[in-house]
Amino acid sequence: MMSDVLATDFWSSIFNFSDYGRLLVLVQNSIIAAAILGIVGGLIGVFVMQRDMAFAVHGISELSFAGAAGALLFGANVVAGSLVGSLLAAAIIGVLGARARDRNSIIGVLMPFGLGLGILFLALYPGRSGNKFGLLTGQILSVDIPQLGVLIGISIVVLAVLLVIWRPLVFDSVDPDVAMARGVPAGMLSIVFMILLGLMVAVSVQIIGALLVLALLVTPAAAALRISSSPVVVPLLAMLFGFVSAVGGVLLAIGGSLPISPYVTTLSFLIYIGCRIAGRIKGSRLRRRREPSARAATAGVTG
Amino acid sequence: MTGPILDIRQAGLKLGGRTLWSGLDLSVKPGEFVAVLGANGSGKTSLLRAILGQLPIDSGEILLQGRKVHRGDRAIGYIPQQRIMPAGTALRGRDLVSLGLDGHRWGVPWPSRRSREKVDALVESVGATAYADLPVGVLSGGEQQRLRVGQALASDPALLLCDEPLSSLDLHHQRGVAELIDKGLHERGTAVVFVTHDINPVLDMVDTVLYLAAGKFTSGPPEEVLRSDVLSDMYGTEVEVIHTGNRVFVAGVPEFPHHHGEVGA
Repeated sequence: MMSDVLATDFWSSIFNFSDYGRLLVLVQNSIIAAAILGIVGGLIGVFVMQRDMAFAVHGISELSFAGAAGALLFGANVVAGSLVGSLLAAAIIGVLGARARDRNSIIGVLMPFGLGLGILFLALYPGRSGNKFGLLTGQILSVDIPQLGVLIGISIVVLAVLLVIWRPLVFDSVDPDVAMARGVPAGMLSIVFMILLGLMVAVSVQIIGALLVLALLVTPAAAALRISSSPVVVPLLAMLFGFVSAVGGVLLAIGGSLPISPYVTTLSFLIYIGCRIAGRIKGSRLRRRREPSARAATAGVTG
Repeated sequence: MTGPILDIRQAGLKLGGRTLWSGLDLSVKPGEFVAVLGANGSGKTSLLRAILGQLPIDSGEILLQGRKVHRGDRAIGYIPQQRIMPAGTALRGRDLVSLGLDGHRWGVPWPSRRSREKVDALVESVGATAYADLPVGVLSGGEQQRLRVGQALASDPALLLCDEPLSSLDLHHQRGVAELIDKGLHERGTAVVFVTHDINPVLDMVDTVLYLAAGKFTSGPPEEVLRSDVLSDMYGTEVEVIHTGNRVFVAGVPEFPHHHGEVGA
């Protein structure tokens, strides 16, 4: 009997759709913010994967968390604090970590420092503890409307700049030697990309939390890369996956009493698993098709 | 076009206090195939980087079609060493070629019939049609290098710079890729500067050898440069050049005490 009640409580805290329509109206701005974050996050994720920077995303997000926590403690704007932290981290990683090995060691050093600093600020902060936890695990529903506007604005700027630098950034990411020979300004692109990444991480920290940023900036793109190699299809799928995870997460979360993050991370993880399975099936088909064609190509050269 | 495509005059380069080469003169005509040889650290790749405008030289000048070289010159096509493209690369074979066509331009690529046809033609000319739509990550080294020849030819370059494009390929693919490069040279009058540690795969295509050693250089037809007396003279020690059939081997090249790893190789 007792366990039945507990079980009902358990499920209703995870899924609860009473008063759904009314709640939906209340959180429509959050849904818009989640949609845009999902789309732009999925898109920038493609470059994060191609430039092998998943770890950098995590490192930036911990410093972003420290910045936000510091802002909370000193009564400054939390979004501004988060931006300062992540841009600083992005700049340090960008300048000192041109090579992958240097980069990873710098991130490995920065990350615990940022996290520790953030925890220190939070421990000193006398306010509500819900706010504190929110920076680590997401608090989109508690972000007020002017702040949501800022987050949406930043995402749109990131999107616009990404589209402008698209082709040379692709070239530099997948084929750096030839891109350099072709005069693609690699150094400048790398700095611009780090700034965009810093901005996007700061936005994500507000919505999904510093610990879970990877679920929106890496997982959707990683999933897309499992099922396609087309430079057009991969970004489109990554945007779709990011959108579904972020908006789906908010829609599932608003009825219950839990933060949105577990919904977002679970959705994006399930999409990734699905893509892995689909990719495996596609891969084995490709190999079967490839065997005869490889033989034909070889015969063509010798003949 | 009557003048040389590439004209290197009295060029000198120091790297880390060491003179890689100085007083270097080399003139490359349209359709000429120049092989650049030398031990690791003799400044072969640095020479390529200087021609690409990535590395400023300390003296002399390097002219491409009469103008000083600069970064990103469209008249140069570049083929790098084959390197493994990771399996998760969002690129198909044809996309690698199309980056050579417009990868340097700003904005998002818009599909157009003209660029599609151009890429199709390039892919076909390097015999890569069968695997053009496969992810580059699943292609073999030889298949990738064929696509790279197409990529380098996409801008209709006057000069093709090759940085050990055949290393890590098996003999069969070495020959195939070398023939593609040679074909570009004969059909389009492209000049080729080909850096390699092994001249044998391209020996019958080479018009001129530029041999870099110990801060000195010698250039001329292969049979005049690849001789025991010439190389011994450059290295200042007994070096033996062995010809067997249509292959050449150089034995006894000294290691330099001030040569650290492959810096500038």
